[in-house]
Amino acid sequence: MLGILIVAFLALPIFNIFFKQFAFDTTGFLNTITDQEVLKAVGLSCFSAFLAVVVTFLFGVPLAYLLARRNFRGKALIEGIIDLPMAIPHVVAGIMLLTVFGLSGLIGGPVSSFIKFEGALPGIVVAMLFVSAPFLINSAREGFQSVDPRLEKVARSLGATEWEAFRRVAFPLAFPHIFSGAIMSWARAISEFAAVIMLVGFFPMVAPGIIWSRFYSQGLCEGIRVAVILLLITLSVFVGLKYLHRRLYAER
Amino acid sequence: MLSVRDLSKKWADFSLTNINLDVKKQEYFTVLGPTGAGKTLMLELIAGFYRPDQGEIWINDKNVTDLPPEKRKVGFVYQDYSLFPHLNVEENVEFGLRLKKIPKSETTEKIQHTINLLGLTHLSKRLPKTLSGGEQQKVALARAIVLDPDMLLLDEPLSALDVPTQERLRRELKDLHEISGITTVHVTHDHVEAILLGDRIGILSDGKLIQVGEPDEIFRKPKWEFVAKFVGVENIFSGKSELKKGLATIDIGNVLIEAVTQKKGKVKVCIRPEDILLSKRPIKSSGRNMLQGKITEISDRGTIVKLKVNVGRDLVVIITKRSFLDMKLRIGSKIYASFKASSVHVI
Repeated sequence: MLGILIVAFLALPIFNIFFKQFAFDTTGFLNTITDQEVLKAVGLSCFSAFLAVVVTFLFGVPLAYLLARRNFRGKALIEGIIDLPMAIPHVVAGIMLLTVFGLSGLIGGPVSSFIKFEGALPGIVVAMLFVSAPFLINSAREGFQSVDPRLEKVARSLGATEWEAFRRVAFPLAFPHIFSGAIMSWARAISEFAAVIMLVGFFPMVAPGIIWSRFYSQGLCEGIRVAVILLLITLSVFVGLKYLHRRLYAER
Repeated sequence: MLSVRDLSKKWADFSLTNINLDVKKQEYFTVLGPTGAGKTLMLELIAGFYRPDQGEIWINDKNVTDLPPEKRKVGFVYQDYSLFPHLNVEENVEFGLRLKKIPKSETTEKIQHTINLLGLTHLSKRLPKTLSGGEQQKVALARAIVLDPDMLLLDEPLSALDVPTQERLRRELKDLHEISGITTVHVTHDHVEAILLGDRIGILSDGKLIQVGEPDEIFRKPKWEFVAKFVGVENIFSGKSELKKGLATIDIGNVLIEAVTQKKGKVKVCIRPEDILLSKRPIKSSGRNMLQGKITEISDRGTIVKLKVNVGRDLVVIITKRSFLDMKLRIGSKIYASFKASSVHVI
């Protein structure tokens, strides 16, 4: 019973916004969905989020494996640092990123002649990476922890090097966790607003940015139209991937 | 073959100290020790999963102390099977061969032969979790021996199985060893397993290897309480078996007994004390061993009584207190001990 209440609480705003949109404003929606500016912003969000997940995957999965398998000094500190982005206000994340990757920042300054973060794609990816990486890393670590280390030892005795034992045993067994972590990470990256706006500014425009600017300059109705588009895309990717995930691992 | 010299290793809460061990080519060596004696860690050191703090490990006259596990050619089987859950039986068995990048056409026959040898052919496409414990352990064995390792390390391979499966697989292990002649180190906390399978036994206690010898020697002159506890708990004899009319007649020294087995020649025989029936008069029945003897020892254990009966060899018998009192037994009493031919376990 209490479960139904919480589901209702979560579902009501979603249904409401779709209902409002399609019952009263179908033409407005069709106009917006063919609007080049909107499509570009949504596409940029999806693409940058994808890049952020790829970067997290390349660096985060080995780190997650290390955290799951080894004990070393400073491990608790590293785990704390990984969790931190989930706990701080995104405005704070934006400020911190600005002081590092901004035009006069620690890294952003020296490299500004050949790579710019402010007002450019790398900035969007960096901001998304910062707030979304913890989801993939933590999920991958849980995945590796659920794999019995003895399986890798046996693989070694069967002639596998450390890398082969990882690639053929630990990684495939942890993959369901890694995959769902990647979905969460991607979703989190797409939804990031504050950190992106603070580091990059409004241009190039990401989806949450265009929702905010339409809402601010043209009112609630216009804001809703873009929001619904973003919701539709996110929801279908979410549901699609979860379905695929279940199909792939149901029988294993 | 395997030579372990002054091997020591300290972990956070346990250490192995000064292990010295020589295992001969084609020998089946069992290591007996209670839980927590360091049996698994010792095997894992030999396999190369850990690096020792001190000492050396030699396999086939080669110092492997600094070699990673994948270069040692040592097969490893854990108690909990440790099959790769995402691969089916066949894929598990071919795991090692695929790593060697040998073309599939050259390995298929070998894989099928090994799967067949262990009687797994009908299961080859099944995933590990759909198999019984005994079947899983056989897959783990197949996966190790298909690579023709120099040596097989077995970590309590039978302990997770139910008793009938244990007995069956014990026999299959022995057969497999006879066919392949592969040098084997098998650790266990089960003394019957250690005696029945081992050409020689090492006793491991608290991280130290305290006695090494042939089964008879170890149990006749135990150096340590852990072993002494087992002496006389079971009836274990070495003997010679001859086959006659479907039954085997086994000479265990001064005594002939009948057993249900197809084994010929040198065998080991085990009779559970609780499978032996005592009576004042002989019981006539076919397929039953009937031996006459004298009671030489009585120890009262509350609801049960443990007796030693000399029938030419000493037999240990356990009966209930009630039947002990009913039969009015005392030391020197003449008595008949009988047991079914099918209760004689032969390896």
